[in-house]
Amino acid sequence: MDSILISNIEIVPGRRIVKHLGLVQGSTVRAKHVGRDFMAGLKNIVGGELKGYTELLQESREEATQRMVQQAKSIGANAVINVRFSTSSITQGAAELYVYGTAVVLE
Amino acid sequence: MDLLIFITLILIGFFAGRAAEKRHYRSIIRREKELADIPIFSARFPPPRTDAPDSKLVGGSVVVSVDYFKRFVAGLRMIIGGRIHSYESLLDRARREAILRMKQQAKEIGADSVFNVRLETSSISKGYRNSIGSVEVYAYGTALISGAVKRV
Repeated sequence: MDSILISNIEIVPGRRIVKHLGLVQGSTVRAKHVGRDFMAGLKNIVGGELKGYTELLQESREEATQRMVQQAKSIGANAVINVRFSTSSITQGAAELYVYGTAVVLE
Repeated sequence: MDLLIFITLILIGFFAGRAAEKRHYRSIIRREKELADIPIFSARFPPPRTDAPDSKLVGGSVVVSVDYFKRFVAGLRMIIGGRIHSYESLLDRARREAILRMKQQAKEIGADSVFNVRLETSSISKGYRNSIGSVEVYAYGTALISGAVKRV
């Protein structure tokens, strides 16, 4: 199986779950560089979307998902179901992205 | 001098912030109409159906901040308590925008509905004097694609 199916519902419509392999997870901690922080500081005056931060978090989330998928592959799963995302800020300017789910084998 | 800077920032925040918010709301309302054909559900399970749809995780995120004027007003409001309208509209905009981006992604892959939609809110950066300057909202769910090529 080349690609892994990721879903945040507990079933996969039309396919049967043969085996549960337990929890898999991935996380990443990212900080912004000073330039982005500075631009965000300016944007804070007028309000609106902080594009730099949106991109940063999107990239981090993809990386965390990648790590989770790697882990799922290494234990022989071909799908991850019931996926949840969680975000926490560790210090000012750094964020932790955490993603976890249940690795399963679909028939 | 300090007061002058403060007043300038307040004025910039008031006018630029208001214009930006109005523009954002117009764009949100327009795109909500465009994407109205993809229903989203917070239900955990899709209803059983005869054809097995393909499924894929979709998500959309946005980071939005309030302007200087609104942050100042919110600061005043904290003294007497009560509803802080300026933050309410910020969160409303952020959530609707995140949902729209998720729907956009669902549309691109040809999905017809999104199930088990979850919204996650977090403040990534604390602003002036630890007040919430910006929020991040992430919306995610499982998109169901019907009429997809059956995997053998």
